[in-house]
Amino acid sequence: MTVGAGLFILVLIVAIATFLVWKAIPALRVAGFHFFSQKAWFPDAQPAKFGVAAIAFGTVLSSVVALILVVPVAIGAALTLTELAPRRLGTVGGYLVDVLAAVPSVVYGLWGVYFLVPRLIPMQRWLAVHASFIPLFQNKSNTFGRSVFAASAVLAIMILPIVAAISREVFRQVPQANREAALALGATRWETIRMAVLPPSRSGVAGAIMLGLGRALGETIAVALVLAATFNINLHILEPGGNTIAANIATKFGEAGSLGREALIASGLVLFAITLAVNMAARAVVYRSTRIAEGKV
Amino acid sequence: MAATLAPPAALQRRTLTRLQVGIVGAAAIGVTAVLFTVAQFQGVLDFILVAYLLYLVGQTGVSYAVEGARSAKNRLALTLLMSALFLALVPLVAVLWYTLQRGLQAISPGFFTHSMSGVGPLDSGGGAYHAIIGTLEQVLIASIISIPVGLLAAVYIVEYGRGRLAYWIRFFVDVMVGLPSIVAGLFIFAFWVLALHKGFSGFAAGMALAILMMPIVVRASEEMLKLVPDDLREASYALGIPRWRTIVSVVLPSASAGLTTGIILAVARVTGETAPLLLTAFGFDAIRTNPFSGPQSGLPLFVFNQAGSAFAVAVARAWTGALTLIAIVLLLTVVARLLTRRNRLV
Repeated sequence: MTVGAGLFILVLIVAIATFLVWKAIPALRVAGFHFFSQKAWFPDAQPAKFGVAAIAFGTVLSSVVALILVVPVAIGAALTLTELAPRRLGTVGGYLVDVLAAVPSVVYGLWGVYFLVPRLIPMQRWLAVHASFIPLFQNKSNTFGRSVFAASAVLAIMILPIVAAISREVFRQVPQANREAALALGATRWETIRMAVLPPSRSGVAGAIMLGLGRALGETIAVALVLAATFNINLHILEPGGNTIAANIATKFGEAGSLGREALIASGLVLFAITLAVNMAARAVVYRSTRIAEGKV
Repeated sequence: MAATLAPPAALQRRTLTRLQVGIVGAAAIGVTAVLFTVAQFQGVLDFILVAYLLYLVGQTGVSYAVEGARSAKNRLALTLLMSALFLALVPLVAVLWYTLQRGLQAISPGFFTHSMSGVGPLDSGGGAYHAIIGTLEQVLIASIISIPVGLLAAVYIVEYGRGRLAYWIRFFVDVMVGLPSIVAGLFIFAFWVLALHKGFSGFAAGMALAILMMPIVVRASEEMLKLVPDDLREASYALGIPRWRTIVSVVLPSASAGLTTGIILAVARVTGETAPLLLTAFGFDAIRTNPFSGPQSGLPLFVFNQAGSAFAVAVARAWTGALTLIAIVLLLTVVARLLTRRNRLV
């Protein structure tokens, strides 16, 4: 019976893949190879014209920007909790980070639209004026607000808990003797962190970052609320617009016809494939690093 | 004569006292204040940012002059690390505070006793009663499906699992924790609504939530079962008790507090899921208590739909809904944490 329950989970993953493929086939047959190169999304028009190029690009772009924003903060917070804070404070801080993880994504979305986006406008404007020599920060539209940058900021806040929590576990796995040895040699606390804590944690932290990436790629509701949906490939992250696969499913599902829904399933299949690959790679990396830490390899 | 025990002055490293660091901080704020009155600067955030940067420069400079390069680097790095923790907690406070503030503006008893049936887009009033009923039913269905399966799978991994199969099950449970919630919704839509022609319903939403909940239950239960000491198991075997009896009457009871914590946290996690509801429950404005037929609403879905409106009355309802949702989820989280304290295994 217990084996059955375990097998059920394996079967479930296979079933998810099977049903998504099965129900995506009609849409993929209509779109053909253009499904991967077409930017527009009009599956119910005559003739139907749709593809994941723009939304897949937006998914990856917003997640990568979110990672760049979150990684230093999450790792810094995790290091402070394990290496610097007194034990009690570390526990409390850990709880608070867990609470951050418990806040539902729809609340983050709502908060993002009404609190964060208006407050990010001055910062975005400043970047566009003073840092526009970097192509990423160019903004020719001169309007600011619901940009990929704003969506990435919300995503960054949402994936912070997972990156911080797993990094914290990884740093805890470093034997206390490593730290004591470094301190006994006269290293300062920063040197201890840099030379005794970070090197053995490197692959574990890489795994934590990839898990955060997986979460960011699949996040739906917050992005759907924050982004003003447009279907183009645009590297200028401060300009309003952009879209992601998940957000596109959420916003288009209600009004979609039968081919429209199958097209959305096909785009979901792409998302499933991407996140499955990222998550599997991340878990493999974390497994290897914890096994090394436990001395099994 | 304690003074004679101190090492000679030549061997002592000169270090900054807390007071001296505090003076650097005060100086940074002072200089910023002067800058803001003299030059064209404004804004609270800008003030904090400028003062912070000045403090970093000042602290590093003073420390470099007094304590040397290594200490200066150490101080700079530690300050940056602590700032990261602070920065990580800012959004938490901002989310909770702002949701509380906006949510309380439109809260009224009617919000919890009325549905959205017959409420026009510009009307105030209306409530989330139907959505709260929907969420309770959907989460209950998800729990009934996922908790037994999740617990059994965890028992398999910890108590029976050896070799390849156990490794792969564990691996894919971990991978499934990262399954995007919208994909779970799409799967149930493709399977239940499209392939089996069953239509949107609260039950479909419950199944989608169950898919998301199952791996969380497995992971949490697995951790707790691992904490049960092997001595307990061996003592039971020594009395001639078979393995399944040992698990049922020794292992599970001694891990029960931890298992409850894990399950409550999993419930809290799926209560806030919106994306799967969109594709499975679909949403419905009136009260529908039967989860097995016809579209139903859910609290997160209610918040999402109201938030998407252009009208202020709807957005106000969204905030009140968000506050209700946060209150439920945080209550569950706190209860789970309190149970952890009573857990003797931790």
